[in-house]
Amino acid sequence: MFSRAYKLVVALPPIAWVVLFLLTPYVLLFAYSFWAVTPAQQIVHSWNVQNYAELLRVPVYLHVLLRSVRIAGSVTLLALLLGYPLAYYVSFHAGNRKELLYQLVIIPLWVSYLVRAYAWKTILGSEGVLNTLLQYLHVTRHPQEYLLYSPFAVMLTLVHIYTPFVFLPIYAALEHIPRGLVEASHDLGASPMQTFWRVIVPLSIPGMIAGATFSFVLSLGDFLAPLLVGGPSGIMISNIVVSLFGTAYNWPLGAAISACMMALVLALLFATERLEKKWRFT
Amino acid sequence: MSRNGVAHERPAWLTVHAVAVLGFLYLPIVVLIVYSFNGGGVGGFPPRDLTLNWYQQLAQDSALWDSVLNSLIVALAAMAISIGLGLPAALALDRVSFPGKALFRRLVLLPLILPGIITGLSLLMLVVLIGLKLSLTTIILGHGTALISVATTEIFAGLQKADRAQEEVSLDLGANYWQTFWRVTLPNLKLPIVGAALLIFTLSMDEIAVSFFLIGRDNTLPLEIWSRLRRGMTPEINAVSTIIFVFSLTMIVLWYRLRTRGGEETADIVATAREEMV
Repeated sequence: MFSRAYKLVVALPPIAWVVLFLLTPYVLLFAYSFWAVTPAQQIVHSWNVQNYAELLRVPVYLHVLLRSVRIAGSVTLLALLLGYPLAYYVSFHAGNRKELLYQLVIIPLWVSYLVRAYAWKTILGSEGVLNTLLQYLHVTRHPQEYLLYSPFAVMLTLVHIYTPFVFLPIYAALEHIPRGLVEASHDLGASPMQTFWRVIVPLSIPGMIAGATFSFVLSLGDFLAPLLVGGPSGIMISNIVVSLFGTAYNWPLGAAISACMMALVLALLFATERLEKKWRFT
Repeated sequence: MSRNGVAHERPAWLTVHAVAVLGFLYLPIVVLIVYSFNGGGVGGFPPRDLTLNWYQQLAQDSALWDSVLNSLIVALAAMAISIGLGLPAALALDRVSFPGKALFRRLVLLPLILPGIITGLSLLMLVVLIGLKLSLTTIILGHGTALISVATTEIFAGLQKADRAQEEVSLDLGANYWQTFWRVTLPNLKLPIVGAALLIFTLSMDEIAVSFFLIGRDNTLPLEIWSRLRRGMTPEINAVSTIIFVFSLTMIVLWYRLRTRGGEETADIVATAREEMV
């Protein structure tokens, strides 16, 4: 029913824009990773794999990448541990307060990411709320310095930011479980525990995968929380990229790290998409 | 504990857990708001010398208000770009088959799924390549492009629900595509478009990872806050954050009002249609 002209008019502008301002930049990122920078800080288009060799040769890159993976993994695990039972509670046990509780979980998402990270800084700092509270209650005498500027602080901040994001898809998955299935399980003599583990959990796996992927990928690439609350021991892989694009001025090497990160993320997205499909029953 | 309990019994630990998690989620927000009134600065327990000084100081802080204005300009322009391109993109995904369609759909979504640093850096490279000067324009370009994803997804979902027969009827009755678009297609998509616009607006106002790399001389609000944080903490930041929080809350409430009213309108139309059929 739509003419050729109509189709051209709706399809061409977005395709042209996306190719120019989205596809080209991503391709450019990969191209840069094969270029070089001269000692005089000129970027030269001489195609080579030196940057990737450098990443393998200097241990600090792999070391920080592994730390980032570890932090992102812990953040995801903790966010699941916090988010899943909460989603289950809201979906199955909240009664008429369901809508209210759902909104309460969403509202923190509307507080700026930056501001929430900053708030943790004011809580954890040596003159911060937590330390002065502990001293006020005579639990400690001196400020506990390890609270701020540590991988722990980065993890805490990121868990705080991503728990609602993990909650959302799990809650959506739980809401889609036909309540009849749960009733049937009870009627056939399963205990609540059995029903939970053998009916509810398997049906909510796609939601868990979606939330976990989101949380893992975005924590892995985060550079603001480490800068704000991480300190030297909380540096993550994106911080190295930022410094290579700033003061260290080695765009090709920074591009190589970003390209690796992008490849890792795309592989992960591809894998989890297949997993999600496998576990989707409806 | 409830291993052998009755079917719908709620284990006590689950309630405790839910309360604890909500407490964890709200702790920083409460601290933030409380200390925006704290005369003694950020931190220090208990809070003391409650004051509105920080809000007064904020009112006179022209650099901060400039950045708010910049953020508003960026958000509105980004909204125009991403709706302007997301609407045709959704129409194309819904009713045009073209080579690379699956790739296009994935590509559009990438900025939402990839860490912001990757999109920001890639765009920076393009901007340098074509020799654009870094400014608010480059940030608008970045936000507008990254948020096409939001517009496309929301409007596409709206199209899936809309009744295409109405457009068919309009075309059959002699209206041209242009008239049909303005009088049938667009009014049917009013709700998803407004929803997408609000979402894009708030996401753009808060965006920092992409802007971080595309910033020129003029700061957006998050970047202004960022540069101040690097210099030290001041309750002024708590005060401005509190204001933004209250503003966002108002926006959500408005959006919910709008959406439920929209829902009722649809219900009304369905009810009337049914009566007429009977």
